[in-house]
Amino acid sequence: MIEFKNVSFEYENGHKVLNSVSFSVADGESVGLIGANGAGKSTLMKILLGLLPYEGEVTVDGLRVEKKNLPELRRKLGFVLQDSDNQMFMPTVYEDMMFAPRNYGLSKVEAEERVDGVLARLGLTELKHRYNHKISGGEKRMAAIATVLAMEPEVMIMDEPSTALDPLNRRTVINTVNGLGMTKLIASHDLDMILDTCTRVILLHGGELAADGSADVILRDRELLEAHRMELPFCLAGRI
Amino acid sequence: MNKASQARTELLNMEELASGTSFIHGLHPLTKLLVTILYIIVCVSFPKYSLSGLAVMVLYPVFVYQASGIPVSTCFYKLRFVLPLVMAVGVVNPFLDTAPLLYIGGLAVRGGVVSMLTLMLKGVFALMASFILIATTKADAVCAALRKLHIPDIIVTLFLLTYRYISVLIEQVAVMSDAYALRAPNQKGIHISAWGSFLGQLLLRSMDRATELYQSMQLRGFRGEFFYADTAPAALRDAVFAIASATLFFTARYVDIASAIGGLFM
Repeated sequence: MIEFKNVSFEYENGHKVLNSVSFSVADGESVGLIGANGAGKSTLMKILLGLLPYEGEVTVDGLRVEKKNLPELRRKLGFVLQDSDNQMFMPTVYEDMMFAPRNYGLSKVEAEERVDGVLARLGLTELKHRYNHKISGGEKRMAAIATVLAMEPEVMIMDEPSTALDPLNRRTVINTVNGLGMTKLIASHDLDMILDTCTRVILLHGGELAADGSADVILRDRELLEAHRMELPFCLAGRI
Repeated sequence: MNKASQARTELLNMEELASGTSFIHGLHPLTKLLVTILYIIVCVSFPKYSLSGLAVMVLYPVFVYQASGIPVSTCFYKLRFVLPLVMAVGVVNPFLDTAPLLYIGGLAVRGGVVSMLTLMLKGVFALMASFILIATTKADAVCAALRKLHIPDIIVTLFLLTYRYISVLIEQVAVMSDAYALRAPNQKGIHISAWGSFLGQLLLRSMDRATELYQSMQLRGFRGEFFYADTAPAALRDAVFAIASATLFFTARYVDIASAIGGLFM
């Protein structure tokens, strides 16, 4: 269970990015985080990951997000960055995937078993020994997801997972996300993808919670979306 | 592809070289690191006129380049910008040390010329040894070896991040250079008036990327230790390599092998 209670964040220059945001995410839930640029989506995720200081309270399974708890918290939270180039810092996909399991104390054999398992599950076995700078954008995104899955996180946090992907790669990512059983928190402007992958949507606007409810209801509410500088998902645009 | 992209590709190719499977690649990183350090120390310790003694030290790079399968031309090509600087060291020696040191066929050779050549050779050997270390050992493995030597994690992490930062920085240069060139098609290079803002933007952008990279490492459990970079434990071949190398270095340093060989023909 993830809980945000009256969470606020402002930069040193006084610019407020989040203002008293409260919500909770139950285990196994798949939640889409939507909102216009600057709404506070990325900030919210960074706070959850312990990358930014904040006011209020954020807990994961009762564990407060604060410095002393970060090692334990980060074992639970897997984060897929928007830019896979920043996520994949090792020379090969294999080495990148081994990075987290080895850091978390798995032996080389155990870590390798886990890596092979994840690659097989995602159908990426042929990527295993490829160099990160020589694979395509779509492959890199899938590999980035694989590196996080190799951690076996309890919560998957994804920042714009479908950005810059062609339709086929985008569909592969959506299918992969749907195949993950853990709690998911996905920030995206791709509302079609959110509709495909999330059961619940949280709409942020100007750093405040504008709406929180079923994806089917919120993503079909043209007025609500347009009032917050968004549009209906393309797949629904002609129907509502 | 612009020059920066080319430079980045070359840097990334180094990682590929380090993924080889030769005998040298398979040695424990700590063995290679210690032998390299010893080699550099011994090279540097040669007296300034001991050109013939120092020349024997070429045997080590010759052997490791041969055994690793990495052509020595790759080393000289990749270090093409650094080598001239190394060669420039001691270039004033012939003018400062003018006393004749030896005669070749009646021609007097100044002490300064010999000391300049010795200095140049020391620099070239040190670079060659460092290059072969990096070309046969992954950066993370070098860091793991440094940690095993109890070098503080903050220094080792700094080394690793600097290494990673270089490729990020070059990548940003490539992207920004392309963006600039596309809007200044008739201009060669970047105009001096744009240097300040270009450099400022470059640093800000590369800092952002480097921060994200580091955060990505932290989020996957990195806390200054290099558990993920461990290799097989040191084996007999490591001991053999280390002892053989050290024997060669000290023999070359303390026994005048060149003169001994020359004496056979006199």
